[in-house]
Amino acid sequence: MQKEFTSDQHQFRQSLARFMQAKSTPVDVRRQMLTEQGYDAEVWQQLCAELGVAGIHIPEQYGGFGFGQIELGIVMEEMGKNLFCGPFLASSVMASSALLHCASEAYKEQLLPDIAMGVSIVTLVLDSLDGPEDVGSLLHEDGGVLNGAAKIVLDAASADLMLVVASSSSGLGLFLVRANDTGVNVTSRESLDPTRKLSEVALINVSAQRVGDVDLGNLREIWRDCSVALAHEMVGGAQHLLTSTVEYTKLRVQFGRPIGSFQALKHRCADLLMEVEFARAATYHAARLLDVGNAAGLAAVNESEAEVYAPHMAKALAADTYCNVARAAVQLRGGIGFTWEDDTHLWFKRAKSSEVLLGGPDRHREWMMQLIEGEVS
Amino acid sequence: MNHNDIKQEVTGWLEQNWSTELSLLEWRNRLLEGGWAAPNWPVESLGRGYSVDETQVVNDVFRRLGIVFASQGGPRRLAAETILAHGNDEQKQRYLKQTLTGEHAWCQLFSEPGSGSDLAGSSTKAEKRDGRWIINGQKVWTTSAHHADYGILLARSDWDLPKHQGLSYFLIDMHQPGVEVRPLRQMNGHASFNEVFMTDAEVSFDDLLGGEGNGWAVAASTLSVERRGFAQARQSGISSVERVGRVYDEYEAELAIDNEPYTWYPQRQGRVDLVLDRAKKTGAIASASTRQEIAKLLSMKRASELAAEQAEATRRAGTNEIIPAGSIGKLAASVIARQAAHVHTLISGSDAMLSGEHSAESGMVAETLISVPAISIAGGTDEIQRNIISERVLGMPKEQRSDTGPFRDIKRNT
Repeated sequence: MQKEFTSDQHQFRQSLARFMQAKSTPVDVRRQMLTEQGYDAEVWQQLCAELGVAGIHIPEQYGGFGFGQIELGIVMEEMGKNLFCGPFLASSVMASSALLHCASEAYKEQLLPDIAMGVSIVTLVLDSLDGPEDVGSLLHEDGGVLNGAAKIVLDAASADLMLVVASSSSGLGLFLVRANDTGVNVTSRESLDPTRKLSEVALINVSAQRVGDVDLGNLREIWRDCSVALAHEMVGGAQHLLTSTVEYTKLRVQFGRPIGSFQALKHRCADLLMEVEFARAATYHAARLLDVGNAAGLAAVNESEAEVYAPHMAKALAADTYCNVARAAVQLRGGIGFTWEDDTHLWFKRAKSSEVLLGGPDRHREWMMQLIEGEVS
Repeated sequence: MNHNDIKQEVTGWLEQNWSTELSLLEWRNRLLEGGWAAPNWPVESLGRGYSVDETQVVNDVFRRLGIVFASQGGPRRLAAETILAHGNDEQKQRYLKQTLTGEHAWCQLFSEPGSGSDLAGSSTKAEKRDGRWIINGQKVWTTSAHHADYGILLARSDWDLPKHQGLSYFLIDMHQPGVEVRPLRQMNGHASFNEVFMTDAEVSFDDLLGGEGNGWAVAASTLSVERRGFAQARQSGISSVERVGRVYDEYEAELAIDNEPYTWYPQRQGRVDLVLDRAKKTGAIASASTRQEIAKLLSMKRASELAAEQAEATRRAGTNEIIPAGSIGKLAASVIARQAAHVHTLISGSDAMLSGEHSAESGMVAETLISVPAISIAGGTDEIQRNIISERVLGMPKEQRSDTGPFRDIKRNT
């Protein structure tokens, strides 16, 4: 299994980094976070056209570039470093994962190419973002008609299409709904992280097409893919905060010396570096394992390297690390770190939001333990 | 050289020379004569001038066939490599052969009660008197001093120079009236180290290594050998060849002495290997809070392995970037050991009050709980590691120093 990035992957990362540094500065982020949609459609189109990110991991037969979780991870990590505002997580990661794992061939062919081009924004409507076991209690389908609500949906305000996981007489199903269909009510919600746009989606007698069957097994696979992608975003954000904080301590002078020369700060930064490196190693590893699994057929993740818990380990480590680094990033800046003017809070809020999205670290550790016990016994 | 040629040559030589009925000393003298005792050493110094990779080819053959190596145990190797690097011809002649055969055992006389993390703050006195060096002072944490014939010694030969410049490096005979070795009992009951008291101990002028005032540079090279040793020890494999015969018996006896100080070392790492089985056996695995702590432990352990593997892969790829994962391994081991001790305590509950062979895992859990504090001290404290990481990897400014100027005037322990 691959341990190092290839030179192509390095180059891809560098291209992305250049784009992000040009188009996703803190000034851009602050401008977009005040809008309802939350992103600049022109920049999004440019990113999709120039670097093909929206379909980077979507198989070529469905109009994507056919790369794997490693490349997807590179995109998420670079976006996370720069707090890129856009529907990538909702549409390219979560919705396309649901389609790839659950949809019939016809629907994959119908929906994935537009996602891969970035021209269609699709969001996944789940009535719980805490864990696969909790999904399906608030949204129901009966006779081709959906009812119920999801309290938190990513980027619903800008989505053209919605994929709804709902319970039905034949078990859980994945249903396709158009955002402007009658009975689809999208209400923007105030989010702790203003760079992540959240809405409540209420469905009242909405007629829907069933695009595939969902069970706990493939719901868990969706969860794993998305958790690993999100872990990359968190590692990128944590790395940005660590770097910027260390730079700050080298410049800020108190008591006649740079505060970065005080051991109290140096030791905290050394500990954070270790955490970031661990989270990064676990996250890259999880992506590589998923690729091995995906290459052997999506269901084979289980057998691939007897480390099925790796995605959960990555998500839990990345979440704890990002939050720890974010706390330190505010603390080590002192008063300025708590101001609105300083940019640190933008990442702090993303850290907090990502910590609980798709289940907090405690849930991921519990899943990890269940998988480990399953393997050992 | 072509690796196949090396393999053929060493295999052919072994067919002619290796016999399990030789004594250990006879065997190692043959090894020396054949030039296979230290193939990576220069041709003029008992070796063959092989590269790391070429030496690896030889070592692989030895391991596969279950051949006994030249003596490389702990302090012996430190002494031999340092003498090889800094010794004059006469010193190499005098010490290297019998160190490789195992006839001479060594100990490392560096740490002192007054200078631990601050190794260059050594205040052991070396004075020239009556045509020899006279040594006075105390060393501590000296592994295997009670078995040692010689010691590599760092001492202060000039008190008027700045701290790092007034040190010299000596080879000292441990069998003399001025040297007293006392076992040092640790908080876990073991006595794996010694205190060494030197009272007018003598060192001949010929046993100054690397020149007067050059002790810090020589000591630094010993320390780098030591660090490389930590990395290499993990790679050594064990051959499945059946070990019967005189040479093996004598080798086992040597190993037993060499390894005796280290029986509790797995315990100071936290015994992560015991955690899952114990949690199941005791039923502690049913506790949600304990499960969380186990998962945190296993995550840290696995992530530290992955970080080390990826650092190694990056190093092999030949990039020049600083690889933080390499320097955080030592700190990681401390964090993992502490979390493991915490988890073992959760699993034991009040049974953690017990120790000895009737306690959990025949006493291994109790020994773990009282051995883990060593891991964050030995070989450089966590605090020193954090200084190194923050300064060398993160590039943070150094602490302002207050130990400049003549050593005599620097505040120190009395």
